[in-house]
Amino acid sequence: MELQTLTFIVVGITFAVYIGIAFWARAGSTSEFYIAGGGIHPIANGMATAADWMSAASFISMAGLIAFFGYGGSVFLMGWTGGYVLLAMLLAPYLRKYGKFTVPEFIGDRYYSNTARIVAVVCLIVASVTYVIGQMKGIGVAFSRFLETSYEMGLAVGMGIVFIYAVVGGMKGITYTQIAQYCVLIFAYTIPAIFISLNLTGNPIPQLGLGSMMTGTETYLLDRLDQVVTELGFAEYTTSARLSTLNTFVYTLSLMIGTAGLPHVIIRFFTVTKVSDARVSAGWALIFITILYTTAPAVAAMARLNLHETIQPASGQNLAYDERPNWFKNWEKTGLLKFEDKNGDGRIQYTADKATNEMVKVDRDIMVLANPEIAKLPNWVIALVAAGGLAAALSTAAGLLLAIASSISHDLLKGVFRPDITEKQELLASRIAMAGAIALAGYLGFNPPDFAAGTVALAFGLAASSIFPALMMGIFSKRINREGAIAGMIAGISVTLLYVFQHKGIMFVADTAFLGDMKANWFMGIEPNAFGAVGAAVNFTVAYAVSSMTPEPPDHIQHLVEDIRVPGGAGSATAH
Amino acid sequence: MSSEENRKAYWKANVRLMVTLLTVWFIISYLCGIVFVEELNNIRLGGYKLGFWFAQQGSMYGFVAIIFIYARRMAALDRKFDLHEK
Repeated sequence: MELQTLTFIVVGITFAVYIGIAFWARAGSTSEFYIAGGGIHPIANGMATAADWMSAASFISMAGLIAFFGYGGSVFLMGWTGGYVLLAMLLAPYLRKYGKFTVPEFIGDRYYSNTARIVAVVCLIVASVTYVIGQMKGIGVAFSRFLETSYEMGLAVGMGIVFIYAVVGGMKGITYTQIAQYCVLIFAYTIPAIFISLNLTGNPIPQLGLGSMMTGTETYLLDRLDQVVTELGFAEYTTSARLSTLNTFVYTLSLMIGTAGLPHVIIRFFTVTKVSDARVSAGWALIFITILYTTAPAVAAMARLNLHETIQPASGQNLAYDERPNWFKNWEKTGLLKFEDKNGDGRIQYTADKATNEMVKVDRDIMVLANPEIAKLPNWVIALVAAGGLAAALSTAAGLLLAIASSISHDLLKGVFRPDITEKQELLASRIAMAGAIALAGYLGFNPPDFAAGTVALAFGLAASSIFPALMMGIFSKRINREGAIAGMIAGISVTLLYVFQHKGIMFVADTAFLGDMKANWFMGIEPNAFGAVGAAVNFTVAYAVSSMTPEPPDHIQHLVEDIRVPGGAGSATAH
Repeated sequence: MSSEENRKAYWKANVRLMVTLLTVWFIISYLCGIVFVEELNNIRLGGYKLGFWFAQQGSMYGFVAIIFIYARRMAALDRKFDLHEK
């Protein structure tokens, strides 16, 4: 069957499943809309969290980042998984015990202040909206590459699907579709990886294949890769560091606390029945994430090796351009690969030297997207990769949109401006907020703002420097008060934003960067993307200092903190 | 033991467990995967250099183990101090 038709069929089936689930899991109350009724099994929630967390970037771009950075790409692997340890120990169980619907709601109650709640809502919305733009772009790009529709058409279809299951189903619909989406994306990711690993090493498990010898030789795969890339003048794969050790350290820390502080991940843990379930569920989430995240480095190394060995099967024997394989031609059409015959010999030279390198463009996304074709896998696998990329983008977009919608309808409307509305009115408001959030995300997807490229850094930076410290101190300290928390959040965001903007431009408009984005200007050599941890440190310090100069929190707040620290027991003061 | 002392003892035990596990978390990622990666790379684990393995495989397996150990130990503490959910 024609690849195009097959892809339409596979993607069509998955979309039909998502919509079917939406109508089966309609939300009938605010509790179902915000937290899926609170009765999700910890393993099911773990799976949904994994899909919620793994975005278009994890699925499509991460292996490519690792493929070209080598060891330097480890920042993303450790940074985007280690945060779950923090989440499981420092936040999730206590916030589940508190038993409310949103993250700003906890901040507002714990710091007995609507101002704190509104600051948290603003941080949440900015972080989530910037993050959702990337998902919208991912949906459009996946459609245009695999189904050869226009970017806009793909985006519109994706928005329509999310609209149906998020507006109708709320968190309940999103939870069950995320479970289905996890299954789709993990099959789509691991099947090509298994085949590539079998081809190269004879070991079907990619995690083991990466540490194995190449089939029919006595050479380990990673040693071979190191040798191939260094001969071409690239940095040695297994040791190539990005920037300084300090930067790697701080960047990893920023991604970890950013992960733990992202509201769309945190609210997933409000959907389980018990505090003990929240702890276990974080473990399951990380297992499901780790299946993909430990496969990614294998995909990265193997795809990089395949690419080099296709272009240069042996030293000095470069591939003739006319004999290039089909996948090469296919991806040239999309502009992700570009060849320029600089020395006019009709053969492809791919080297680290910019003057002689003829592969003038090798988009890193190709490492996942072209993987099945490079490994000569059947068409249905390619179709599955398309469905997997879409599942990853849709599931993350839905989770983010729910976080945005609930903070508007529950925190701003019900919490601050119109506390007297009925539950029915609030449910309607939450649906309208969801529709509005989708429209906004779609608009930003159609007209990506200049700052779209820097958005992930901004989302992690904000979550790390504002939300994570406010939540953690709210649980672990009885002394941090309203004044301290608000001052801390504002200081944390300000420092982070200022640092990002001074190097990347105000709202990422390039000309407005008052300090150029160059290493010499970086504070202790820390790149702007890695600055969230520094912002968090500022937040902790300011909050502590201001709190110690102002009156301690009232008694009932101190009781509240004592109460959320224990899973059960009498004296619960937090009935909803 | 009064109910308040009981809660305090429970919280103390929780924090102690957390600090222990966060130390492991720190060692397997920040120390083995970043700070001492070059030294560890002199040791091999099959085809992997050990530092590289920690950074791209081992730390993640460790994170999973840490969370499940925490969940199990906490479930035991919840019962021991009679503070579990009924």
